[in-house]
Amino acid sequence: MRAQIKLPVKQDSAPAGAESPSSNGTGAAADKPLSLVPAAFKIKFQTKNNAFADGTFRTLVILCALSVMVIVGLIAFELVRQSHLSMAKFGFKFLSTSIWDPVAENFGALPAIYGTLVSSLLALVLAVPLSLGTALFITEICPRRLRGILSLLVELLAAIPSVIYGLWGIFFLAPLLRTEGQPFLARYFGWTGLFEGPKYGIGMLAAGIILAIMILPIITSISREVMLAVPRQQREAALALGATRWEVLRIAVLRNARAGIFGAIILGLGRAIGETMAVTMVIGNRPEIARSLFAPGYTLASMIANEFSEATSDMHLSALVEVGLVLFAITLIVNAIAQFMIWSITRGMPARNIA
Amino acid sequence: MHNISFRRRFVNFLGIGAIVGATLVVLMPLFLIMGTVIYRGIGSITWAFFTRIPQPVGETGGGMANAIVGTAMIMGVAALIGIPLGVGSGIYLAEYGRNASGNIVRFTADVLNGIPSIVIGITVYALVVLIQHHFSLLAGGIALGIMMIPTVCRTTEEVLLMVPQSVREAALGLGIPQWRTTLSVVVPSAASGIITSIMLACARVAGETAPLLFTAFGNQFWNLKLNQPTAALPLQIFAYAISPYEEWHRMAWAGALVLILSIMATVILVRFATSRGMLKGAH
Repeated sequence: MRAQIKLPVKQDSAPAGAESPSSNGTGAAADKPLSLVPAAFKIKFQTKNNAFADGTFRTLVILCALSVMVIVGLIAFELVRQSHLSMAKFGFKFLSTSIWDPVAENFGALPAIYGTLVSSLLALVLAVPLSLGTALFITEICPRRLRGILSLLVELLAAIPSVIYGLWGIFFLAPLLRTEGQPFLARYFGWTGLFEGPKYGIGMLAAGIILAIMILPIITSISREVMLAVPRQQREAALALGATRWEVLRIAVLRNARAGIFGAIILGLGRAIGETMAVTMVIGNRPEIARSLFAPGYTLASMIANEFSEATSDMHLSALVEVGLVLFAITLIVNAIAQFMIWSITRGMPARNIA
Repeated sequence: MHNISFRRRFVNFLGIGAIVGATLVVLMPLFLIMGTVIYRGIGSITWAFFTRIPQPVGETGGGMANAIVGTAMIMGVAALIGIPLGVGSGIYLAEYGRNASGNIVRFTADVLNGIPSIVIGITVYALVVLIQHHFSLLAGGIALGIMMIPTVCRTTEEVLLMVPQSVREAALGLGIPQWRTTLSVVVPSAASGIITSIMLACARVAGETAPLLFTAFGNQFWNLKLNQPTAALPLQIFAYAISPYEEWHRMAWAGALVLILSIMATVILVRFATSRGMLKGAH
């Protein structure tokens, strides 16, 4: 693409140089063969300007692209810089101790890390089968005219702001869990030890359910795209061998798309880990590690949301920024893995929006 | 058909049934949430809601006018930052970035997209609020603007790549310089797709709360100044939702209804326009 711009330069190089001083408009145009000269002069004149303009434009868009890198760099830099106080004091013990005491200025983020992982994994357990089912339905089963509507509905689910999920969680889901869901789980699955203790409604279970609803759309839409990328012939081959519809989905679609589906799941995990508002509103915000899913918990993100604007001591602020740094590092690793998995299946296809 | 074993037919039936069931379960929360928000919010939507500012605890009435205007102004600042940087880097990726350095930018944009919004909030707090010594509208706008960049960037790249290469070659062949080719030929033919991506990015960040917690901070009163704390609809909903007052809960639902309807209206409008071919190039 860059090579083509140089075309005009070749054209005007021979005649324009000699004729241009005399060629100012009418005089040169009157002569019969030289009528091209003003045009050639014009081209040359423009070429200089264009080289400059091209360079400027190129620089401008490069600066825009650089700004993306600068922003990410600044985020990482600021997180490290602002958390050095707590890093210096606690070191790696920050990740492995579970006392979070702002008054005594003693901070260990283990309960929040635990809460983040448990709530996100719970969300995955609930969301993955549902999203894969929906993606299969949209790509493989439903009539063509329903496809657009279903995709739009899934997209609308993604468009609901997280604070509204939280609001709904507090006033609809938590009471429902308290009166219906938790007694049921405690009676039939209480023996697992996961469902016992006082039934507040809000707690780890509520957070997991809300998170599951929130990551349904992203897992669905990405695994849908990955499934669409599976070649038609794979399905036809399975059908030709006498497979039932379900066997086609299992053998041809799911098996071929598994790397991309795995990527979609990991990307959903990344979303769940970083999700803040809805979780803050329903998880109960208590820095403790409890086995029961009914118990309140804490996540890295909700810890920051809750305490950051109330933190008064430098050490507390610094510890919260370090929590942010841990969150940043976890999501960075998780997303990098996801991007790689998705890229491995959709490479060779045009760039797509993963938003 | 008779030679397919009963077991296989049964598994097929179960599998397809599970898939249909899963779809229904996935759609349920959407209708439940929309239903609850409309049911509990509609009663508190009054003229005062759009014209008055919040009342102190215990007094009824009042509205969220300052929060609605605040959200609009924060979005304005965010758009001023997010759109030029997003579209610019998208143009870079599509027109100059088909190489290793482009891949680095692409990866960085995806990283930025994955960074939790609360972490962006902390960073903007450290970079803007600490320097300004103020929570401010500007800081809130910057935080949301940063969140818009990756979405706008990657979709802009995508729609620009959908413009056929022959169009670029034709323009360059006519002696049009590359920057004019990009700006006057390629970008206009992808304009509708770019507009779509911008609107979707706006709809996405308009409901964000976490990055505003320590940047715009919230405000019970009017603020139109760039360097002062500002109310925003999602912040106000959050503050009301976790308060112990019944009256404030009602306001939270009403705010949620206004927010959700404006976001959904944007998304549906964009999708409708796209599917009707009014906005070609997007998908």
